[in-house]
Amino acid sequence: MEKDDAFDKLRITGLKVNYLHVCKRKLWFFDRGIGMENTSDKVLLGALLQDYSYPKEKKRDVLIDDLIQIDLLDADTVREIKYSDKLKEADRAQILYYLYYLKKNGVHKIGVINYPKMKKREEIILTEELEKEVENDLIKIKEVLNLDRPPKAEKKPYCSKCAYYELCWS
Amino acid sequence: MSKPYYIFSSGRLSRKENTIYVEVEDNIKKSIPIEDVESLHIFGEVDLNTKFLNFLSQQNIPIHFYNYYGFYSGSFMPREKNISGNLTVKQVEFYIDQIKRQYIAISFIEGAIFHMQRNLREYEGTEKFVEVLKTELSNAYNTKSIPELMGCEGRARDAYYQAFNVILKNNFSFVKREKRPPTNPINALISFGNSIIYSIVLTQIYLTQLNPTISYLHEPGEKRYSLSLDIAEIFKPLIVDPVIFKLVNNNMLNEDDFEEDLNFCYLTENGRKKFIKEIDQKLNTTIKHRKLKRNVSYKQLIRLECYKLIKHFLSDEVYVPFKAWW
Repeated sequence: MEKDDAFDKLRITGLKVNYLHVCKRKLWFFDRGIGMENTSDKVLLGALLQDYSYPKEKKRDVLIDDLIQIDLLDADTVREIKYSDKLKEADRAQILYYLYYLKKNGVHKIGVINYPKMKKREEIILTEELEKEVENDLIKIKEVLNLDRPPKAEKKPYCSKCAYYELCWS
Repeated sequence: MSKPYYIFSSGRLSRKENTIYVEVEDNIKKSIPIEDVESLHIFGEVDLNTKFLNFLSQQNIPIHFYNYYGFYSGSFMPREKNISGNLTVKQVEFYIDQIKRQYIAISFIEGAIFHMQRNLREYEGTEKFVEVLKTELSNAYNTKSIPELMGCEGRARDAYYQAFNVILKNNFSFVKREKRPPTNPINALISFGNSIIYSIVLTQIYLTQLNPTISYLHEPGEKRYSLSLDIAEIFKPLIVDPVIFKLVNNNMLNEDDFEEDLNFCYLTENGRKKFIKEIDQKLNTTIKHRKLKRNVSYKQLIRLECYKLIKHFLSDEVYVPFKAWW
């Protein structure tokens, strides 16, 4: 019951779930309106890839409840387009959250992550066990966002490619 | 990599699809691809329309205007897209709390005086001025109020400008800092340089979520985006002054580059062009950043300073002003 309550109040976007797995500090900054995405070339490349991949698909960038933005949607699947699979775990968590969110609203689908540059796709099915993982993520996100100050910067192998790199390490 | 564009000619600025056109007299059209533009600086008399301004706004490009004498007169800033209410609240909190405000204000002076000392050390015969700077810096650390701090800053700056008389060759002497209007070539150069750096800093602040009106050393509402004045303090002696020394001591400027009368002195268009060419080169000069371990330009250093302030306001990392280490 408590979990459902948290779920309703949090209004968490997919990007936040993704950021939880990539970097908690980035998640905290992003939540406070400190976005670096608009000056990043990498983010721009990702956005362009999303716009130009799978041109035949009709339902694109579907916004649900003014909260969850799904790249591609069809009868059976929810699809997310990603540039590379370097942060696979985060991509997986994000799409699991979409599946979970839809299920809560009575919609059952299969998740697919498309890596068009790598000509790869990954299929994801929401199981009861994975639902628990999503719920854990939501609790962890809440914990991070409740912090008074951003979590300390930690050097990760992918830091130098992040839009927040200069903020964290200047 | 987009950059600032400086427009001296008079004529018309317009948009055609995704390109900016500068149309000067005699129907000469010059095109600038929008991706290449970071900001526009207008020195000439130009016409433009709302379609053009809307385009700039959509592309997030500020346009700064300077009057006939080269003084900053105002900007058209695109609608603020980078807003963090959370950060603004914190920025205000650090202004209202006198101790927190004083710490930040002193930091700006610390950075400024550090770079003044650094400039003077390059020249012989400036030792006594360096001593004054040292004394005033240690006084500054003990100040409890902004007026007291401004006193230290004023005395430091006086000594610093007096040292210009030792540094500058070719009969350029300085005597006394006068702003409105500048009365001799050196004052004209300083005033013009400050105008430019002010808008350069403002452009960088706009790329972050900082609110440019909430400042610490200068009072907010000093009829300008006063955070830009605050941050510019650190960068004026680092960026502008070495350019002045270079232009003067290498004979790059002559009498014709100034318009002089009994009680005023301004740079001519040609003089401004020479100045901006050097400033621009300086801004694009890169150094290897010790912490980032990548090359950053002087211009980027200004943005990094904004990031450091953001971290200070969000209680992440205590702000320490930039000090050139090379």
